[in-house]
Amino acid sequence: MVKAAAKTTASATPSAERRAALAGQTVSATGVALAVLPPAERISLRAPEASVAALSKALGVTLPTKPKTSASKAGRTALWLGPDEWLVIDEAGKDPLADCAKVTALHSAVGISHRNVAFSVTGPAAAAAINGGCPQDLSLEVFPVGAASRTILGKSEIVLLRSGPDAFRVECWRSFSDYVFTLLSEAASDAAA
Amino acid sequence: MSGAFRIPGAGRLKQAKTARFSFDGQAYAGVEGDTLASALLANGVHLVGRSFKYHRPRGFLSAGAEEPNALVQIARDDARKTPNVRATVQELYDGLAAQSQNRWPSLAFDVGAVNDIASPFFSAGFYYKTFMWPKAAWKSLYEPKIRAAAGLGVSPDRPDPDHYAARFAHCDVLVLGGGAAGIAAALAAAETGASVMLADEQAEFGGSLRFETGARIDGQDGFGWAQGAIAKLKAMDNVRVLSRTTAFGYYAQNFVGLVERVSDHLQNPGRELARERLWQVRAKRVVLATGAIERHMVFADNDRPGIMLASAARTYLNHYGVAVGKNVGVYTANDSAYAAAIDLKKAGVNIAAIVDLRDNPTGPVIDEARALGIEINFGRAVVRAGGKFRVTSMTVQPKNGGGERTIPVDAVLMSAGWTPSVHLFSQSRGKVAFNDETKRFVPGTYAQDCVSVGACNGTDGLAATVDEAYAAGAKAAKDAGAKAAKGTKPKVDAGESWSRGMLGAAPGAGPDTTVKAFVDFQNDVTAKDIRQAVHEGMHSIEHVKRFTTNGMATDQGKTSNMHGLAIAAETLGKPIPQVGLTTFRAPYTPVTFGSIVGHARGPLFDPTRRTAIHPWAEAQGAVFEDVGQWKRAWYFPKGGEDMHAAVDRECVGVRKTAGLFDASTLGKIEVVGPDAAKFMELLYTNPWEKLEPGRCRYGIMLREDGFIYDDGVVGRLAPDRFHVTTTTGGAPRVMNHMEDYLQTEFPHLNVWLSSITEQWAVIAVQGPKSRNIIAPLVEGIDMSDEALPHMSVREGKICGVPTRLFRMSFTGERGFEVNVPADYGQAVWEALWAEGQKHGAVAYGTETMHVLRAEKGYIIVGQDTDGTVTPNDAGLDWAVGKKKTDFVGIRGLARPDLVAKGRKQLVGLKTKDTKVVLEEGAQIVADPKQSIPMKMIGHVTSSYWSENCGRSIALALVAGGRDRMGETLYVPMPNGVIEVEVTGMVFFDEKGERLNG
Repeated sequence: MVKAAAKTTASATPSAERRAALAGQTVSATGVALAVLPPAERISLRAPEASVAALSKALGVTLPTKPKTSASKAGRTALWLGPDEWLVIDEAGKDPLADCAKVTALHSAVGISHRNVAFSVTGPAAAAAINGGCPQDLSLEVFPVGAASRTILGKSEIVLLRSGPDAFRVECWRSFSDYVFTLLSEAASDAAA
Repeated sequence: MSGAFRIPGAGRLKQAKTARFSFDGQAYAGVEGDTLASALLANGVHLVGRSFKYHRPRGFLSAGAEEPNALVQIARDDARKTPNVRATVQELYDGLAAQSQNRWPSLAFDVGAVNDIASPFFSAGFYYKTFMWPKAAWKSLYEPKIRAAAGLGVSPDRPDPDHYAARFAHCDVLVLGGGAAGIAAALAAAETGASVMLADEQAEFGGSLRFETGARIDGQDGFGWAQGAIAKLKAMDNVRVLSRTTAFGYYAQNFVGLVERVSDHLQNPGRELARERLWQVRAKRVVLATGAIERHMVFADNDRPGIMLASAARTYLNHYGVAVGKNVGVYTANDSAYAAAIDLKKAGVNIAAIVDLRDNPTGPVIDEARALGIEINFGRAVVRAGGKFRVTSMTVQPKNGGGERTIPVDAVLMSAGWTPSVHLFSQSRGKVAFNDETKRFVPGTYAQDCVSVGACNGTDGLAATVDEAYAAGAKAAKDAGAKAAKGTKPKVDAGESWSRGMLGAAPGAGPDTTVKAFVDFQNDVTAKDIRQAVHEGMHSIEHVKRFTTNGMATDQGKTSNMHGLAIAAETLGKPIPQVGLTTFRAPYTPVTFGSIVGHARGPLFDPTRRTAIHPWAEAQGAVFEDVGQWKRAWYFPKGGEDMHAAVDRECVGVRKTAGLFDASTLGKIEVVGPDAAKFMELLYTNPWEKLEPGRCRYGIMLREDGFIYDDGVVGRLAPDRFHVTTTTGGAPRVMNHMEDYLQTEFPHLNVWLSSITEQWAVIAVQGPKSRNIIAPLVEGIDMSDEALPHMSVREGKICGVPTRLFRMSFTGERGFEVNVPADYGQAVWEALWAEGQKHGAVAYGTETMHVLRAEKGYIIVGQDTDGTVTPNDAGLDWAVGKKKTDFVGIRGLARPDLVAKGRKQLVGLKTKDTKVVLEEGAQIVADPKQSIPMKMIGHVTSSYWSENCGRSIALALVAGGRDRMGETLYVPMPNGVIEVEVTGMVFFDEKGERLNG
């Protein structure tokens, strides 16, 4: 009995269905639209300065070293979160964890694809909507296209990336996604008013 | 036009539509653009409230935010009742319904007015002197009565249906105040291209240009120029103009809080509009253009309705087209009241007389008043006002004494001079300086990057104000990094200018002790009260303020502070600067709770965190409990079960076959790097270096003081990679604790921490059939006991998706914890559930989890420990590496107190009556016959009914507990003493055979 159960089943088990948080939800108000973005591959990358070049090469995107910046190439974006910390998001279906695995230089790469949920906030009132809960200066001079920051939205931590003059990507942890989406929706309707 | 006192052709509301409203049930008509105050005055209504303490009839003192008297209740519906609305600020809308406050049964007949007659009993400081005896009366009589009497108006007893918005903003230059100074500063700053915000509390910009008919700028009348300038500013991309917006607080580093009243002025605000919006603005430079507030004259009965500030009467006339009376007296100590008299006279209102306290003032306005045939009396004082619900006369006397003359009037305009509004400057921690010549406090030493311009800076005259403000606006923009201004400065063609005046009590204010010459109208503080406070030994202005409550009402003494200070200084025989000024504090005007709360209501009050498996549990009818921000399935009642029945069934089910439990909320941290094991050695009491990859260990983390901080199972995935679990509630602080030590104490270690709590959904499958349930779904992992013994971890696939499969147990049964990427959590759970159904598995919640672990004596940090428990106290010495030379808390553990005999130790308790379940937290004594207070030797930390044991079980911290095995102890409860026996902590399967069962 025990032995039978212990036997590994090598047969092709039907793959479990992926159910992303808030999948497909959208909200639109005058001047601002919110949407839940599709799943993406993500890693939390930690590394000393000496490893940056090797990791950049492996990832195919130059890891930014200036605070509040990001770099993007071929659907892969690296966001500077700290002096030795990056959030790497791959929207092209390629696995950055696998790319880092080949790197011998000192680093820590941890898969967090499912940890985060991403929203797009777009439109002329996008910054105003985010400023409904985020205290950062989102003017284009201070937070230009490509700027990135780990910050807060109300009572939740978020990672904010400006993907265009009127477009932002907001990342939060999965269980905070309800809160973040609801707050963004309320703030969007106020920004539109 | 609506209202008998509306003067045809006067004011700026000539084309406005009628707006109907009611006050105390009486219907009136006003016009759009009116305030409630101007609309009532247009209808000849002056009596609008009763004062706080003496219940004296009160009318309008002002036409703005400084109003102390005209506080009304406005109710849109039962849930929208707003007390203490200043009628001088509330804009009229069609259908507005207002009620007077602090009167019963009616405004004209108010029982509380007996306080006025009984006023000798309510002298200054009466709060501190009365109600002291008998002591027992405090609770039953005094406090309830005082509570009922305290405050004005009635708060709503239903949830606020409105919603409130919030916005953070940054700008180069924030201009506070939208009068001539603020507009000029904003123009100068905006023309440089700098980002500018301009806020004013009024519906319309212009400040005192609303009433100053003598102002002409750029060839236009002052108010018209202001509107043009605002239109120009609004059209600029770099400018945000906020009307109806009060800057209420000035905080550190140019952080300013403002409240925008978005929809209080609208008849039918739609759901999409917030009621108010809180702006939290960080500005590189702040320009304070907050103006000045006129002071009243302090004389006997100066609070009679119809007695008001001269500038207020002028505003009602020149902006709203309303005459405040037909036969108006004027009492002044400076020029500005003359301008009001002249404007009213020209509008056809009779000016009975101007009484000027000054001896022989000269100037153009005095000449003009004389030329208009107005009677002017120099060197005289109004010593008393006649009338009750409305002023009927003013009695005039030479200021040094002499014959009295009573002049019939239906309104009195007063002006003692102007007080610069230094509230926000003072809030910014700037120090004010007293100008002895002009008798006013003006900004002295600045503490932040701000500048004061115009009247709030003590600058007199429109031309000087605009010059100063324009230059300051340009400089503020330049200092914020902008280029030089390209625009042209507004040209002031004509303006008005007043300065001087008087501070303190005028001749009619005493020394007679029965005289009520009000200094602070809202708190009913008279000149006599201030003198009395000084005589009773209050020599600091801060003490005088608290003893008399002068300036402590919701108007924060905007009209009263300087008078109160001057009277105190005079009584003390000291110059004003030596007596000092009380500190200005936020908020400048009252702020609603709603605006502070903003979006954070209902679902947005705090994030509600749900696991990936939550929808399944919800569909199964699980009852949830809050664990921090998480919702966790507590138990799964079936077919009408109560909690006990459900938990008993779940407990038995797990041990009989198997149970599925959602453990996703457990904190998870991935510790990665070549020094990962070294780091773990330092953070945990256990040894880690020799733990083989693929194996797990139960770890204990201490604080520096040697007490247990957190615990959890840690799996070593690779030589340089650990998968650490923490308690649900401890997840964030454990991460911070680890990160803190890594960065500050062990920065030499090459190791990094990443939170993976939310990356993995965790499904605990526990029970004798657990392997049978999991095995069919797993790929690439040998699940035999030899290949996957208790306390090991493997990576592979389940249901075709990646898993970190832990063999571990928090139940004492053979058990597994299946980690899968969160988005797959529910599908994998469903697959396991389907498999489990073949074996009769149950779903269980946190309550069953608690019972099962207690049956095995497994502790829960935070329940069985309380921050004063060492590993030894908890019976966990085995988890402390004996050969280790360092870890956080190792020195703490060696402290004499922590190794002393008699410490409280965790033990099991069995009640003698097996059916009795102890109360968690209950105290334990050795001898129940002691006299009270008994010596308590411990307390119950965990207690449950155990269906598996067929009896109640409990864990407890008991002094010297492990030396008391078999002893009988006692738990005294309200219904009698419960006898218990001290036992070991394991109640079920003491040998632990079931881990491989």
